[in-house]
Amino acid sequence: MSKILEVENLRVDIPVGKQTLHAVRGISFSLSKGETLCVVGESGCGKSLTSLAIMGLLPSAAKRTADKLHFDGVDLLSASNRKMQKIRGNRLSMIFQEPMTSLNPAYTIGDQLMEVMLWHQNVTKAKAHERAVYLLEKVGITGAAKRMKQYPHQLSGGLRQRVMIAMSLMCGPTVIMADEPTTALDVTIQAQILLLLSELQREFEMGLVLITHDLGVVARIADRVMVMYAGEVVEQGTAKAVFEAPLHPYTRGLLECMPIPGKTKPGHHLGSIPGIVPSLIGEIAGCAFRDRCRHAREGCESFDRLRHDGKNHYWRCIMDEQETRGHLAKFTAGTEAAT
Amino acid sequence: MIGYLSQRLALAFLVCLTVSLITFFLLTSSGDVVSAIAGEEATPEQIAALRRELGLDAHWTVRYLEWLGNALRGDFGNSLFFRETVADLIMHRLPNTLQLAGMSLAVMLSLSLPLGMLAAFRPNTWVDRLALSIAVMGQAMPNFWFGLILMVVFALNLGWLPPSGSGTNWHFILPAIALGYYATPPVMRLTRAGMIEVLGTDYIRTARAKGLSTTRVLFKHALRNAIIPVVALTAVQFGNMLGGSVVIETVFGIQGVGYLAWESITRLDVPVVQAIMILVAIAYITLVLVSDVLNAWLDPKIRK
Ligand SMILES: Nc1ncnc2c1ncn2[C@@H]1O[C@H](COP(=O)(O)OP(=O)(O)O)[C@@H](O)[C@H]1O
Ligand code: SF4
Ligand SMILES: [Mg+2]
Repeated sequence: MSKILEVENLRVDIPVGKQTLHAVRGISFSLSKGETLCVVGESGCGKSLTSLAIMGLLPSAAKRTADKLHFDGVDLLSASNRKMQKIRGNRLSMIFQEPMTSLNPAYTIGDQLMEVMLWHQNVTKAKAHERAVYLLEKVGITGAAKRMKQYPHQLSGGLRQRVMIAMSLMCGPTVIMADEPTTALDVTIQAQILLLLSELQREFEMGLVLITHDLGVVARIADRVMVMYAGEVVEQGTAKAVFEAPLHPYTRGLLECMPIPGKTKPGHHLGSIPGIVPSLIGEIAGCAFRDRCRHAREGCESFDRLRHDGKNHYWRCIMDEQETRGHLAKFTAGTEAAT
Repeated sequence: MIGYLSQRLALAFLVCLTVSLITFFLLTSSGDVVSAIAGEEATPEQIAALRRELGLDAHWTVRYLEWLGNALRGDFGNSLFFRETVADLIMHRLPNTLQLAGMSLAVMLSLSLPLGMLAAFRPNTWVDRLALSIAVMGQAMPNFWFGLILMVVFALNLGWLPPSGSGTNWHFILPAIALGYYATPPVMRLTRAGMIEVLGTDYIRTARAKGLSTTRVLFKHALRNAIIPVVALTAVQFGNMLGGSVVIETVFGIQGVGYLAWESITRLDVPVVQAIMILVAIAYITLVLVSDVLNAWLDPKIRK
């Protein structure tokens, strides 16, 4: 499969007073055409900044470096402002975490939807209007023609996020990045919207980078999964491989926190990984997870490389495959009783 | 909307009424017009006769009600100084004041909006500081002083523009700059603050994520939202220009309402002063109403 997005050794540094916060610490991944990559990890591990760095939308204080950052044949590292503007919203679009505030309060939904298409493509207003209505219906908004004339404040959060999804689709992008698109929404509609996104991804054959906490949805829609911790990738592989055999202790921790339909009783207290994320200010030597890892041992404080099993399953841990698989047997057996 | 508007109009009427009552009372107690008119040599009998003739012998409340009754019919009485009705007198002067205020407003907006936007776009840089210094200078100088400097430099030394009078449009340029520049700082600062706030919002990030150019993001998505509070302040500043042009009109000899007010105050021409006060109050109230309507038009959340 051809790679549509390639990221190598991406770093994002933010000056904090005299020090530097290393928010993204050398992550690498790629996305094939039409593939869904889900990115998971606790808050603050650098997921948003990674997506913003690719879009070229980092806050002005943040500094981005990378060995390689290619999108659809364009080198984003050396791309001019104009070139980036041609790509953004057109071939590469983004959906944000905050549906309530991501639409401009002063303009109608229709205006904002049509704008992106009229800006990038040489189409008539009528054509843009037609596509906007078509996409609003696609994302499950009823009375689309009437909604076009409404203002954001007249819509609920869920509807606004559907509008944002429709907006990201206006120009028929090759890749969509969605940064926790449902975190701010009512739980009852979260999965529904994520699944909608996945459906649209398949229908329009787009690449999708989905940042989410919803591991249940990840298990259902992801082709590949990337687990981030403290600005690094700690595990990456096909969804099947990662869910069946999570090779990094952090990934297992995340999975233990996940409710299992039919097994976890309602009201059952879910586990959470004890301990806190290390500060990202200054350098972190060795494994960043070691303060919270029950397998931590001598050597972890200097272990710093990605292992892989020869089948594109990567993990960043001192434990080799054999030892890990030993723990894995216990993990699978003890899921329900996991501590 | 109709209910809201009629409520606002009723309130506006009450405010005008109060203003007229207060000015009437203040003017009555500020000095004896009659002895001023009669001159120092007049005998008490002559003064009393003149007082009766001018209808000023009744109690001030009685006179106020009489004045109010006439004013409501558009009759503000006669000037004590000119052989003209107050209404005619003001109507002749009003166009000059409106022209001056309109041009000052244009000067103010063409300074404060670009400066405020530039400053917001590059906050805490030399651009920001320069914009702020330009604005602060406008406020630090009394406007008559700045007006005199303009007059000396551009009219007397360079001879580019006429120094005083209101015969042609050229006459209005220097006073409009003086008045407009003075009103710039608060509007510029509010534009800057509004713009900085708006530029940090999520919808601006969305606009950039759509691949729009910086110009389009700024002018279509940011300005429209940042300008909402500026509209109200601009209305107030315009009111200040209308009501506060007394000094500038006097300095530049512009035959406007402000100049008339100043002349009438020095001559104790009470009916004229009274009418101008009411006029200024009405202008303020109208402007606030207009700014509310503009706000509603700009901000769909207020619109119903
Ligand atoms: N504008 C910023 N200034 C300073 N620190 C920031 C900024 N944005 C994010 N960070 C820090 O960078 C880290 C990664 O943030 P983020 O990418 O938003 O995490 P995530 O999306 O995974 O929750 C966090 O520690 C956060 O505090
Ligand atoms: S490297 Fe050590 S501390 Fe880090 S996850 Fe592996 S075992 Fe745990
Ligand atoms: Mg985030």
